[in-house]
Amino acid sequence: MAKLAFRDVRKSYGAHEVIHGITTDVDDGEFVVIVGPSGCGKSTLLRMVAGLEEISAGEIVIGDRVVNRLEPKDRDIAMVFQNYALYPHMSVFENMAYGLKIRGFAKDDIKARVDRAAGILELAPLLERRPRQLSGGQRQRVAMGRAIVREPAAFLFDEPLSNLDAKLRVQMRFEIQKMHRQTGTTSLYVTHDQVEAMTLAHRMIVMNAGRAEQIGAPMEVYANPATQFVAGFIGSPAMNFLPGKGAGAGRVALDAGGIVMHASGTVDTGKSVVVGIRPEHLAPCSAADAAITGSVELVEQLGADTLAHVSHGGAMVVARLPGGSMPDVGTTLTLAPDPARVYLFDAATGARIAT
Amino acid sequence: MVEHRPWRALSGHLVLLLGIAVVVLPIYVAFVASTLTFDQVTTVPMPMTPGTQLVKNYGDVIAHGSTLGSRAPVGRMLWNSFVMAMLIAVGKIAISILSAFAIVYFRFPLRRTCFWLIFVTLMLPVEVRIFPTYKVVADLGLIDTYAGLTLPLIASATATFLFRQFFMTIPDELAEAARIDGAGPMRFFWDVVLPLSRTSIAALFVIMFVYGWNQYLWPLLVTTREDMYTVVIGIKRMIAGGDQATEWQLVMATAMMALLPPVAVVVLMQRLFVRGLVETEK
Repeated sequence: MAKLAFRDVRKSYGAHEVIHGITTDVDDGEFVVIVGPSGCGKSTLLRMVAGLEEISAGEIVIGDRVVNRLEPKDRDIAMVFQNYALYPHMSVFENMAYGLKIRGFAKDDIKARVDRAAGILELAPLLERRPRQLSGGQRQRVAMGRAIVREPAAFLFDEPLSNLDAKLRVQMRFEIQKMHRQTGTTSLYVTHDQVEAMTLAHRMIVMNAGRAEQIGAPMEVYANPATQFVAGFIGSPAMNFLPGKGAGAGRVALDAGGIVMHASGTVDTGKSVVVGIRPEHLAPCSAADAAITGSVELVEQLGADTLAHVSHGGAMVVARLPGGSMPDVGTTLTLAPDPARVYLFDAATGARIAT
Repeated sequence: MVEHRPWRALSGHLVLLLGIAVVVLPIYVAFVASTLTFDQVTTVPMPMTPGTQLVKNYGDVIAHGSTLGSRAPVGRMLWNSFVMAMLIAVGKIAISILSAFAIVYFRFPLRRTCFWLIFVTLMLPVEVRIFPTYKVVADLGLIDTYAGLTLPLIASATATFLFRQFFMTIPDELAEAARIDGAGPMRFFWDVVLPLSRTSIAALFVIMFVYGWNQYLWPLLVTTREDMYTVVIGIKRMIAGGDQATEWQLVMATAMMALLPPVAVVVLMQRLFVRGLVETEK
């Protein structure tokens, strides 16, 4: 078990820089999720920690060693891959034991460790099977077992649930949490799925185009997104963005019509901003108080909630309403957000405008 | 293809039977000839039912060849052929699997050039380079040795290419997982790549064994002593030239025996062979 540290870590292919300097610390036993859209460099960053990609500049520290020049096997890490990467010709037991065998562990020590990992992951009845005789979820558990038995300083997960179906994903999320509770090993977890990030992370690193846009606890990132990108990426359904202009104290006039009250202090009159409102923060109101007025174009009933898609001057605005309400398509809906939960972003830079 | 048309099935089977007959008839004739006496085999027309000399003819050629043509014992020739085919098959597989491994898994200067050089030699048949090769082998004093018989035939672009194609289907993550598990390159080769290549190796072994066994031109050039003849050369030498009569019953017995090892290899390894050529699951 160990701390991890990134110190201005950069990656470039030739002259083309893809990771532009990441700096952060990961505490001992912390579960950090790196989340971002595909191509944002999150997997590259993880592979640099693993030693599968060279570090172009900066330092990565595992424990108290700078690992830049170390081979993957000497970095004291274990990795779980998206496509499991199990050795197809070895049994589950052999797959888990392989790393230990190479490192010269004694036979009974190997058996004890594999049995313990199999216990944690409920793999005991499958130890003699071959990977191809297992389901996707079982294979990923074996891959996790292969990581556990080594008792490394850190676990690295590279989109481990992306090959699984929705139901299994929920179950495996639970398994990963359980495993982390039992082993307490520092973990780095890469995913493009913000739900996985929200549910698993102690802290998350939201990446975009090779930069860490925001680093923080999930609820903090959700409640206080640093940029428009983060605000749009975290949360489902995604935040509504409406362009507007400052219109005096606590007011923004939307380009599509309507005035939004906000609690972000004064925005210079006429300054272009983007107003961000989460669907769950919109509620029906009287026509006089309405910030958004539009006809209902589509209604999605999810059971617990109902999503109403409202056309507001050409833009679509999604509102999350209580499950029971069922506005008819074509009727006019008047909505207003909680002013304390209206986010303003600089239209030019995407940075959050906060008081 | 679930139609039930009896006449179609019948005609299909007839065509197949006809095809089998065309292939099997010469072999049958050879077999019959190998069981006859010298007098019977030279009568016209030759009898079409097996004779009584089976054991005698085969025993004769294995022990001391023909009496009128080459006197080299066929037993020795079969051994020579077997050694040559085995060395070629095993040598080809060993060399090409290692070179394919190097080309796929290591980054070194001129890697692509190396691959293309190997690939280009695919287009050079043995016959094109046979004189320079002969000169080199002769200068090295390898005439009439197993090394001379096999070495020039061992390098194989085809096998290297096939292994390369197979290795490229092994997911990169497997190599990465092995690196993290602490396996060095050769350990990865031995523990992961080799077991995964088992069926490909079997398929290539069958092809290369038959290829080695059937070599004619090269053994003809580099063997001058009777005890180094391969069986394919031996058959040719048994057919007497000039006005001497050829003992066809003995030639045919030798031919039958020359046929058996490659057939045995194909039959025994057929299951692996087919799997090796069609397998996609990794």
